[in-house]
Amino acid sequence: MADTLPKPRSFQEIILRLQTYWASKGCAILQPYDMEVGAGTFHPATTLRALGSKSWAAAYVQPSRRPTDGRYGENPNRLQHYYQYQVIIKPSPPDLQALYLGSLQAIGIDMELHDVRFVEDDWESPTLGAWGLGWEVWCDGMEVSQFTYFQQVGGHDCTPVSGELTYGLERLAMYVLGVDHVMEMPFNDPQSPSPLTYGDVFKQTEEEYSRFNFDVADTEVLLRHFEEAEAECASILAQEQIDPKNGKRIVMAHPAYDQCIKASHMFNLLDARGVISVTERQAYIGRVRALAKMCADAFVQTDAGGHAA
Amino acid sequence: MADLLIELFSEEIPARMQTRAAEDLKKLVTDGLVEAGLTYAGAKALSTPRRLTLALEGLSANSPTLREERRGPKVGAPEKALEGFMRGAGVTRDQLEEREEKKGSFYYATVVTEGRPATTIAAEVLEKTIRNFPWPKSMRWGAGSLRWVRPLHRITCILTDENGTEIVPVDIDGITSGQTTEGHRFMGGAPFEVTSFEDYEAKLKKAHVILNAEERAEIIWNDATNMAFAQGLEVVEDKGLLREVAGLAEWPVVLMGDIADDFLGLPPEVLQTSMKEHQKFFSVRNPKTGRIEKFITVSNMETKDNGATILAGNQKVLAARLADAKFFWENDLRVAKSEGLTAWTARLSNVTFHRELGSQSERIARIATLAKELAPTVGADTALAEQAAQVAKADLSSEMVYEFPELQGLMGRYYAEAAGLPTEVANACEAHYSPLGPSDDVPTEAVSATVALADKLDTLTGFWAIDEKPTGSKDPYALRRAALGVIRLIVENKVRLSLKQAVESALSTLLKVEEWEAAAKGASGDEAKQLEHQVQHAKKIIATVPSDLLSFFHDRLKVFLKDDGVRHDVIDACIAMEGNDDLLRLVSRARALNTVLATEDGQNLVQGFKRANNILSQAEEKDGVEYSYGADVKFAEDDSEKALFAALDTAEAVITPAMSSEDYAAAMEAMASLRAPIDAFFEAVQVNSDNQVVRRNRLNLLSRIRQICSQVADLTKVEG
Repeated sequence: MADTLPKPRSFQEIILRLQTYWASKGCAILQPYDMEVGAGTFHPATTLRALGSKSWAAAYVQPSRRPTDGRYGENPNRLQHYYQYQVIIKPSPPDLQALYLGSLQAIGIDMELHDVRFVEDDWESPTLGAWGLGWEVWCDGMEVSQFTYFQQVGGHDCTPVSGELTYGLERLAMYVLGVDHVMEMPFNDPQSPSPLTYGDVFKQTEEEYSRFNFDVADTEVLLRHFEEAEAECASILAQEQIDPKNGKRIVMAHPAYDQCIKASHMFNLLDARGVISVTERQAYIGRVRALAKMCADAFVQTDAGGHAA
Repeated sequence: MADLLIELFSEEIPARMQTRAAEDLKKLVTDGLVEAGLTYAGAKALSTPRRLTLALEGLSANSPTLREERRGPKVGAPEKALEGFMRGAGVTRDQLEEREEKKGSFYYATVVTEGRPATTIAAEVLEKTIRNFPWPKSMRWGAGSLRWVRPLHRITCILTDENGTEIVPVDIDGITSGQTTEGHRFMGGAPFEVTSFEDYEAKLKKAHVILNAEERAEIIWNDATNMAFAQGLEVVEDKGLLREVAGLAEWPVVLMGDIADDFLGLPPEVLQTSMKEHQKFFSVRNPKTGRIEKFITVSNMETKDNGATILAGNQKVLAARLADAKFFWENDLRVAKSEGLTAWTARLSNVTFHRELGSQSERIARIATLAKELAPTVGADTALAEQAAQVAKADLSSEMVYEFPELQGLMGRYYAEAAGLPTEVANACEAHYSPLGPSDDVPTEAVSATVALADKLDTLTGFWAIDEKPTGSKDPYALRRAALGVIRLIVENKVRLSLKQAVESALSTLLKVEEWEAAAKGASGDEAKQLEHQVQHAKKIIATVPSDLLSFFHDRLKVFLKDDGVRHDVIDACIAMEGNDDLLRLVSRARALNTVLATEDGQNLVQGFKRANNILSQAEEKDGVEYSYGADVKFAEDDSEKALFAALDTAEAVITPAMSSEDYAAAMEAMASLRAPIDAFFEAVQVNSDNQVVRRNRLNLLSRIRQICSQVADLTKVEG
């Protein structure tokens, strides 16, 4: 086992260490996807790239939004906007567990002092039509990551299987840095000329979005956006594969998938506004899943999805 | 003789699957070995989070060579037939033998199956076992197609005998067997070679792995109880949790920590549930106060700070969890105190119970209507029963139950108390879910029992009405359990109830036929047609469901009484009687009949009854008349015949009033007393006398036997 690095001093140092670590293990360090998503898994670098036969290895930070978790920045652990760190490697390497443990050491967790455990947790995303088997990883009783071997995405079997690691960055960082309230966590180096806490960066936005998500977001507009995104996704995918302008075969899986992401976020907002009943909820999830499936079907028709020209 | 050791080393196996998987490994491998002709003396299945282990002792070195003689076609049979025979037997022409038999000359072949070494067989069996392992859920990984519960990394498989250790060669999708394994993930050091099970077990222990799950559980329980005892506390027993945490560590280390004072005011069940569900902690109770004051966590590490870091981390996580629970508890209490439980019930109209059976609030309204009707029968105050039914499920919209569904009912009780509702109502919030299983207590307080009955009857009736009955092993709505609950509520609380009527009444609340009929009359066109169709459908349900559901109750009753030692044919004999939807009556009748049938008189009486009944039925069929009236003692010829007349008079004088006062024991006893006179009668008398008057009189006498006994039970259904 590799050596444990000294303790990091800030939130961003943890992110930077993870970036460096996974870059050293051969992952492409990607940037966040430029859309509102509920989790790092929604990034096309995971959802779509988990499909098809081509090898893939990527790591990235993904800002994620869960409108229902908003607490106006007052809850020590809950946020409507937070960061996930996501690693996806296809095919899953045989030493993925060891690689993962190495990443914990890279952020200063000493395996000789802590108790790290792999506790059964089967992952399923009904909105993405995806599931996998794996664990939640516990460090001293706290869930610090989700570890999944993807079996299916968008209704397609994953062959080869991708290994996916998801770190809840705030929670993990709070633990490593010994902070009790997320807003008090040092964002940059506390010794720097302008030390910033997580609260300095995000407290105000948590308040603003909590108010917006719970009470202000216009449900009729949201609903319309949902339906527009749904229709747009279908219409993009209904296009001929051959681009009439240049005669090239261009399947627009990614633009269509953007609409799927959009619909999913609209649904999350509607859910936070409390206008979706339990029965309707299932129906909405089913509609998003149908989009995800269509996009997956399209992606495997593309070059990146392993389609032979 | 050799010993076989198999270890399948993988990434972490879910705790709940380990024991079963080790047993499956044992069964599949031993079955396979035995089927291939090997024998063994003993087998042991073991598991840890990362390995399944099988240790087999006294395995035979080879399978025996088998010789089997086969008869083939007749000499001179077509060449094709002979070729087929030789192919099947695996022999050539010159190995065939001709034998003279009565029917001619036949070819014979001796098929020899050579014995094979245990290594070869074990390798085959292991490969088959791994490829066909019955995991409840399995997965692929990397680029391979092999399935295992989580990635499989190593196969250790060795045969050890007096000559040494031999690797059983297996190669499954690139995983090659060997004699190496490794210890604990963090404390185990480098991989090592093993030469036998004893060696393996000892080296694992040195490498911080305790192979036996029971041993791990014992260590956990002993350390935990000792640690608690030293501080005058006790660990709340939880076998399921113990089994689970023993499956989460290869080297369990028990740590005890504090619960911050802030949280000690939470209900103990909330503390316990939150700690168990989220953290897999044991609760530690102060036996003097009953309060939960500390927790026990089990780690998988020995550390140089004696677990201080680990414990501090766990404590911190717990504090965050309990802060949530406290937040829910306080919010819920505020709602309960200021708005009452109805604030929550109102919200349940948005919650679907079942697509075809409406929302939770519609369901609650039905239960309340039924509870009101049932209350007098059960002996409960009508108003309280109705009120209790209306709030019993309110806690389903509380924050605490949303977070911890398993606390439903219990939280209802706390919140009903906080809302100042009567004690009976608060108790019913919790107790109306009972009995949940055969060992769960039946609520005895009348209000609780009434709501419990109403709830279960509504569920059963509803699912029957939409034709969602349990089939085979499928019972997703736990309807068998609900029916058993109804039976136990009725029997243990001695409730006199016509189940059929209760079901009919529940159906009419559910289906609202009259409303639809009225609406259909008022409507026109397609709407009227649709409503009329609905009315017809509902009427069909009303016509079929009560009796169908009743026979379901009867089936469950048989299961229930079987545990009491009541034979199912005895129950059938009682079910065949009128008033069989009064389960209390049915049960006492069945128990009385069962008791009497256990006596010699009872057994023989059944024989006598059946004989009388058979003779009578045959005569009635032959003569085309019914002998049911007018047996007269003056035509009696034999003394035994006269004695039977007298005995029947005596018995009838006891049985008829006993039956109407439902004193089944007395009635049965009187019936059993007929045994001697009936036996004596058949001994001495020929029923089918030549004298037609005598014959008719005797048949009418037999008819009296049938008539009297049939008041008690349908003895034709009794076996033997």
